[in-house]
Amino acid sequence: MAELTMVQALNLAMRQEMDRDPSVLLIGEDIGVDGGIFRVTDGLLSRFGPERVVDSPLAESGIVGFSIGMALAGLRPVAELQFSGFSYFAFHQLENHAARLRWRSQGRFQVPVVVRMPYGGGVRALEHHSESREVYYAHTPGLKMVIPSTPRNARALLASAIRDPDPVVFFEPKLNYRSFREEVPDEAETIPLGESRLVREGGDVTLITYGAMVRRTLEAAERLHQEDGIESEVIDLLTLSPLDYGRFCESARKTGHVVIVHEAPQTFGPGAEIIACLVERSFLYLEAPVRRVSGYDVPTPYFQREQAYLPDAERIVRAVRETVRY
Amino acid sequence: MPRKTTYTPPAVEFLSILDEDGQVDAKLEPKLPQDFLRRLHDAMLLARRFDERMLSLQRQGRIGTFAPVKGQEAAQVGAAAVLSEQDWVVPSFRETAALVWRGLPLEGVLLYNAGYNEGGRVPDGQNFLPPSVPVGSQMLHAAGLAYGGKLKKSGAIVLTFFGDGATSEGDFHEALNFASVLACPVIFLCQNNHYAISMPRAKQTSSRTLAQKAIAYEMPCLQVDGNDVLAVYVAAKEAAERARAENRPTLIECVTYRLSVHTTVDDPSKYRSEEEVKTWERRDPLSRFQTYLRNLGMLAEKDVEAAEEAVSARIKTALHAWEDRMASLTDPAVMFEHLYASKPPALKEQQDRFVQEWSTRGEGARHG
Repeated sequence: MAELTMVQALNLAMRQEMDRDPSVLLIGEDIGVDGGIFRVTDGLLSRFGPERVVDSPLAESGIVGFSIGMALAGLRPVAELQFSGFSYFAFHQLENHAARLRWRSQGRFQVPVVVRMPYGGGVRALEHHSESREVYYAHTPGLKMVIPSTPRNARALLASAIRDPDPVVFFEPKLNYRSFREEVPDEAETIPLGESRLVREGGDVTLITYGAMVRRTLEAAERLHQEDGIESEVIDLLTLSPLDYGRFCESARKTGHVVIVHEAPQTFGPGAEIIACLVERSFLYLEAPVRRVSGYDVPTPYFQREQAYLPDAERIVRAVRETVRY
Repeated sequence: MPRKTTYTPPAVEFLSILDEDGQVDAKLEPKLPQDFLRRLHDAMLLARRFDERMLSLQRQGRIGTFAPVKGQEAAQVGAAAVLSEQDWVVPSFRETAALVWRGLPLEGVLLYNAGYNEGGRVPDGQNFLPPSVPVGSQMLHAAGLAYGGKLKKSGAIVLTFFGDGATSEGDFHEALNFASVLACPVIFLCQNNHYAISMPRAKQTSSRTLAQKAIAYEMPCLQVDGNDVLAVYVAAKEAAERARAENRPTLIECVTYRLSVHTTVDDPSKYRSEEEVKTWERRDPLSRFQTYLRNLGMLAEKDVEAAEEAVSARIKTALHAWEDRMASLTDPAVMFEHLYASKPPALKEQQDRFVQEWSTRGEGARHG
């Protein structure tokens, strides 16, 4: 068992899946010789050769549309887009085709494509490099939308995504790429897509989050424990679509108080759907309005101001206190 | 440091074998077996008559909006005819003639155009994709499919269809670029029917030909008389051989004409002249090919009558099959099927709720 960063864990997932299944291949600009701009595919070209680690032209729609074709031919492509902010060029291929070909063909064809891309703020990057627009994909019937939070679950979820028969959009929180390590077992692991993770148990409030915000939420939970004696139950969603609403609705029934934390803009954001699920299923158990700690409805600002935009422990602590004392 | 020429683009070749009067250029004429020529004819005739019947069904309100194929039968049948069974056709949304050649059941076409998802089902063992409505996007699938076939050593090549308007889309350029750089055995077949809905080809691009767009991608290209089934066949055959032997893509521009409407919600009299349409009617691919077959002594009047009767009987059978099928497809809950390999719980919940609500509705509320 080794202590790996998320970048190394993702690399391990692809290496193991490519070893396991010869139909898995990688495609994207700069992923071969350069190992991807974040080096997630480092070393895979020399191990698997240029036919299976395809350095492609720069064209996001091209990469995803071409991957759909390869999937129809019986391959399992893992496409890398350099940033989620550039994925909109490819959005139409995901929405119009990847998500629909099984449905359109009444089950004759399937599109087992994984489209990986780094998302989110916090690494002082350029404009269009820090967005958190997961709802575009989670809102699309036919796609699955996965966001890991740690090296170990990133490895397991990517392996699951590659083995999944449906198209998966896989958002990688770049804030977590190298900021910490975690022990990752040598043998391959999977986590079923659509299953959330209970990160911390508590009876006073339910904190629902995912991706890069999990660590900030845990930091807030610890402060609330130390400073207020408030015990938080923290749920890491891992998959936004399909959404594991059962676990957080059950937790809300126990605690009666819920705060949702995400860095995506607030309006029509993931929190809105989570609140709708809570209202539909756990309304009578709620003792206070559900609060959202989220990004604001503005483009992610340039890096001097991105920490002001992103939820932090302080904002989360404040929201929890207000909710619990409502 | 002088200015100098680094590259002189090659000329674009134009291929025509049968002229407007059905006269053949004997030097270019492919020597095809009589039964194969007859199959080409019958497929074009079937596509034409089926199209006419679809138009009348649409006018009666029995099917929805569709894109007629009239005038483009030669471009589609001539190209599809070079493929073997394992090869793939990746259509846009106007490829009825090509898909009928490939074995798509007519009742499936009717079902699709009558608004039933079940019509999109491609029969098992047949290699073509369902219609793709977003313009130009399917060319990337064709390129990827060809690359996948190469890696899997399936031996299959891919033929994809699109119109002149699609050449303005980014996906067209991305597909050509990917196919060329990654050496994909794919034939890009543009049906330049002169209009992208109402936009004439001159407003679509300033390029003198659409074929020349391939030159930027170092891809072989050719312009063909798209109303000449022999020319299309010969061009596609060369492209298929290149794809098989060298894994190289080809762009073929078939110069043809949309004799009917873009789709049944379009009124072309607003933007094109009767005179122009008449000019192209004289170049009709079907009558031209019939003249050629008559000159070969293969198609006497009684043969035409027999072919018409056979086509008519086949369409009639399909109409009956379609009506029977529609009568059995009363459950709209099919919309919840085939979206994911296994249904997520939230979707199952929605479906259960739908089924319950639907079953308690009055008969009148379920229609319209």
